[in-house]
Amino acid sequence: MEPVFALLATLFYAAAFYLLLSRHVVRMLIGVALLGNGVNLSLFLAGRLTRDVPPVIGAGEDVLKAGAANPLPQALILTAIVISFSFFAYLLVLGYRAYQTLGTDDTRAMRFAEPDRLDPPSGY
Amino acid sequence: MNTLIFRTVAPFLSALMLVFSVFVLLRGHNEPGGGFIGGLIAASALAIQGIAQGVAAVRRALKADPLTIAAVGLLLSALAGLLPFLFYLPFMTGLWTEVNIGLGPVAISSVMLFDFGVYLVVAGTVTAMALALEEREKD
Amino acid sequence: MAASIAVDPALLAKAMLPGPVLPEHWLVVAPVLLPLAGGAGLIALRHRSGPARRLAGAFSLAVLALTLLANIGLFRLVAEGGPLTMVMGRWLPPFGIAFTADRLGAAFSLAASAVTLLAAIFTRGERVAGPPAYGPEPFQLLLLAGVSGAFLTGDIFNLYVWFEVLLIASFGLLALGPGREELDGTLKYGFLNLTGTTLFLIAVGLLYGVSGTLNMADLADRLPALKQGPLTALAALFLFAFAMKAAAFPVQFWLPAAYHTPRASTAGLFAALLTKVGIYALLRVLVMLMPGPLEELSLLLAVMAAATMLFGALGTLAERDLRRLPGFVLISGIGTMLAGVALNSPGGATGAIFYGLQSMALMLALYLALFEAARLSGTPDILKGGGLYARHPLFSGLVLALFFAGSGLPPFSGFWPKALIVKAALDIGAWWLAGAVLLSGFLTTIGLARAYLLAFWHPERARPAGRAGDKAGQAAAVGTRKLGLSTTLPLALLGLFVIGFGLFPESLLKLAGDAASGLADPTAYIRSVFPGGAP
Repeated sequence: MEPVFALLATLFYAAAFYLLLSRHVVRMLIGVALLGNGVNLSLFLAGRLTRDVPPVIGAGEDVLKAGAANPLPQALILTAIVISFSFFAYLLVLGYRAYQTLGTDDTRAMRFAEPDRLDPPSGY
Repeated sequence: MNTLIFRTVAPFLSALMLVFSVFVLLRGHNEPGGGFIGGLIAASALAIQGIAQGVAAVRRALKADPLTIAAVGLLLSALAGLLPFLFYLPFMTGLWTEVNIGLGPVAISSVMLFDFGVYLVVAGTVTAMALALEEREKD
Repeated sequence: MAASIAVDPALLAKAMLPGPVLPEHWLVVAPVLLPLAGGAGLIALRHRSGPARRLAGAFSLAVLALTLLANIGLFRLVAEGGPLTMVMGRWLPPFGIAFTADRLGAAFSLAASAVTLLAAIFTRGERVAGPPAYGPEPFQLLLLAGVSGAFLTGDIFNLYVWFEVLLIASFGLLALGPGREELDGTLKYGFLNLTGTTLFLIAVGLLYGVSGTLNMADLADRLPALKQGPLTALAALFLFAFAMKAAAFPVQFWLPAAYHTPRASTAGLFAALLTKVGIYALLRVLVMLMPGPLEELSLLLAVMAAATMLFGALGTLAERDLRRLPGFVLISGIGTMLAGVALNSPGGATGAIFYGLQSMALMLALYLALFEAARLSGTPDILKGGGLYARHPLFSGLVLALFFAGSGLPPFSGFWPKALIVKAALDIGAWWLAGAVLLSGFLTTIGLARAYLLAFWHPERARPAGRAGDKAGQAAAVGTRKLGLSTTLPLALLGLFVIGFGLFPESLLKLAGDAASGLADPTAYIRSVFPGGAP
């Protein structure tokens, strides 16, 4: 199973970085969302894939059953989902506000913080 | 989205979801559930209400600003982590006690306080973001 | 409910901390907890204006002063007794999350809280255009909480979480300004930093897959025995992610695009803290955990360092905007620290740590002073203002000292770490890296000296006549051309640090040396997390 999942994660990364290279903020946003999902897949993979036994300690037991899935990556993924979701939401609001205020979603046209034509000082 | 059916159903739906979110929060200690998922449910209830009734109505009904709610939650969680200081235990150690309220013993713990804080943080921030996005759609 | 679960005491003894925790051990988490709780309280009670707003400012100063005291206490404990560990919720590592303060972390955390306190004092006197808005105080506190958390945590996934906490706080600070410049800068800053931290998370996940643990002490113990090939690939990924945070070549372009857009205190805090977190993470993860892979990557890292330094130096030569100028000084400083890391020797690490500590004070001072200079002369353009030396000689003298420190000239604090790094580079025969350090210092000196001549020494140039007839505008302009106490006090203190550590560097040198030896030999670090030996 692992190679298939690894391939899937690769696909996610490829699509995410392709979209992040775009000049348009909307596409970059989708890229960020895909990147987060790719990361979650690879975190999941890092804990090894097992089936059938959920990592829950039942009533009256001290330890996990033998062969249970690794619970740590799931905790990591939950954290990562929370963070990537909130950042995606923040960037979405930010991108939308930038589009409203700057009148463009093309990053090449966004030259407000760094104006183009300012020659360096040429003497004293 | 703003149909008559939706507007009629939305208050019942969100009221049900708010109750359910508290149920999930309290259930969370030993079974699937908890503050995070409960907070998400509460936030989606408020988001639905925002779509149906408008953002201004939700803000009025909430009384406090969503971010203030989130900050209070963060404060509660930090406080829950601080309590073990009094008992020579490390940061974030769970403390338990049982209180009898007449109907039988009820377990009260700093873990629950922490989870309640998480609930408020998640509900507050997600509501703030959802309302901000819904507000912008109108203008 | 807790009692209903049968617990085997033998199992519990393995997993949970047996003894009581002394109150002073709480100092390990206090530098994180205090600003976190304070920031949350301030957000809950925030106001746009009025007495409550002023009270919030006083409250944030009080919290920051307390944090500074806690940091001083922690630093003294660590300096005397070695690394100190506190585990969360009694769960022993590697199961539980640990906070471990060693000399490096405690020193960086101490410097960070001192710098934040000064920036918060500066904020008191800061006038910002536009309608009354929420103040930056709560986010300054949360930023400090994130930064201290990153410096003190002993768990690599937790390090990622603190990265995100400080990123959220920095977004909060940036989003306070509604203008076009701010939005443009924030957007670039946001995308680049989010991508950087996500790459860091990928590396953390893969590291867990390879080693099966996330605790840093456990990692330091286990990694040397693992196959080094996959680790080298991972180290490269860590390097790229941290380079993005630290603004190293070739991923440094976001920094000059974003850091000049917010208000002075915010820009100064970012410059002082955020890039240092990237350098700290490089030191912690590559130097301490993966010395073997770092050896493989050291040539690549050295080339990156040289390119970063030269990019920064050329930037200072070409820049006309006073507010953007310190960004390039910052970048060339990052290059210098990277060179120290790349050398992978005690001397190099000592230089990088020394540079990082003094750079926090220096960069905050540079940003505050140059934003202030832009305000005083009415324009950030060095070819249009001028005459500052005639009007504010003391202030201008301080800026000259800061410029010299930024270029690495003696007798200021920037000189010693550069000398250390140059010596360490020559020791291993990397003459070209030493040459790059010296060349970038030389170019920075030229660039900054010219900026000083044009903006400070040059007689005041005629102002653009746009608002000459507008009386209210003119009165406002005259009113803003003074220096208040809350502006001069932090600047004077920072200047004192920069000059003081330039004249008497011994204590800082010793501290940086001790911190570097703690990284090179993490035995004490591991023993503080696992008193009974590693599992």
